Amino acid sequence: MAFDSLAALLAMGGHAPYVWPAWGVTAALLIGSAWHARAERRQRIRELKRRNRRERSAAKRDAPGDFSEREADDA
Amino acid sequence: MWAFIHKLGSPKWFYAIAMRLQPWFWTAALVLLAVGSVWGLAFAPADYQQGNSFRIIYVHVPAAILAQSCFIALAAAALVFLVWKIKVADMAAAVIAPFGAAMTFVALFSGSVWGVPTWGTWWIWDARLTSMLIQLFLYLGVIALRGAFLSRDSGARAASVLALVGVVNIPIIKYSVEWWNTLHQPATFTLTERPAMPPEMWLPLLIMVLGFYCFFIALTLMRTCSEILKRESAKRWVRELADEAPGGKR
Repeated sequence: MAFDSLAALLAMGGHAPYVWPAWGVTAALLIGSAWHARAERRQRIRELKRRNRRERSAAKRDAPGDFSEREADDA
Repeated sequence: MWAFIHKLGSPKWFYAIAMRLQPWFWTAALVLLAVGSVWGLAFAPADYQQGNSFRIIYVHVPAAILAQSCFIALAAAALVFLVWKIKVADMAAAVIAPFGAAMTFVALFSGSVWGVPTWGTWWIWDARLTSMLIQLFLYLGVIALRGAFLSRDSGARAASVLALVGVVNIPIIKYSVEWWNTLHQPATFTLTERPAMPPEMWLPLLIMVLGFYCFFIALTLMRTCSEILKRESAKRWVRELADEAPGGKR
């Protein structure tokens, strides 16, 4: 360990105002891009699932032999 | 070998391979960045001249190296897309550009903050800093150009051309510290010589560089896969995949 205490580590020998912002911005951008990539993937999967469900229910409605709904449409 | 490369060009195969590789790169990135950060911030000795401000090197150098590697990757993807019309290459290019811009910004920002205690100024218009700023604008130009066309294909081609033209800036950045008089110090790592630092200083730096690269690879694989899902959403394999994928119950 290059420092005697946690306080000394945080103070960075007087260079805290330079070290921590540089590290902070880097960490924020890395964590932010990873988080964004995860949200983006979930969004894609959600959209695809929603579309699949919609098409499946549409196919069921149009399927032959389902008179109840067809009569309702005619009426 | 050629068959493998050919398969990689198919979105379906790329997706399968990328999704398999991805967790390994995320894990490697997490471990390397955690070890490198703790080592660099708390255990590496302070510099005898710069004191603790030198610990900025552990984010500045990896970001700067990666920012340039991203641009080379971007230009390579652009070339593959323009010459062989491989769609996956363009999808990769589309996700590499914003991350490259972010890394260029990190390099510029951490360098500026580092410059205050070391050089006494946060910015000077010297060759290294200026060429790096130009790279940031090139990234932003590539991103803007892609979105500036009504047709996706025109935007993709225009962005690819700018990426290819922009690579001339890479050797300028690299050799700027040798061609011109500059405040910026020469390269920390070279392939031919040992670093002018003790191992307990450059080992954590090497770990951070590797961690940044793994992070970049993991992120690019993941986001390219998302891009494939978007652009290939009409394909049957994507439809079937969505049914099997976990999550998204809403």
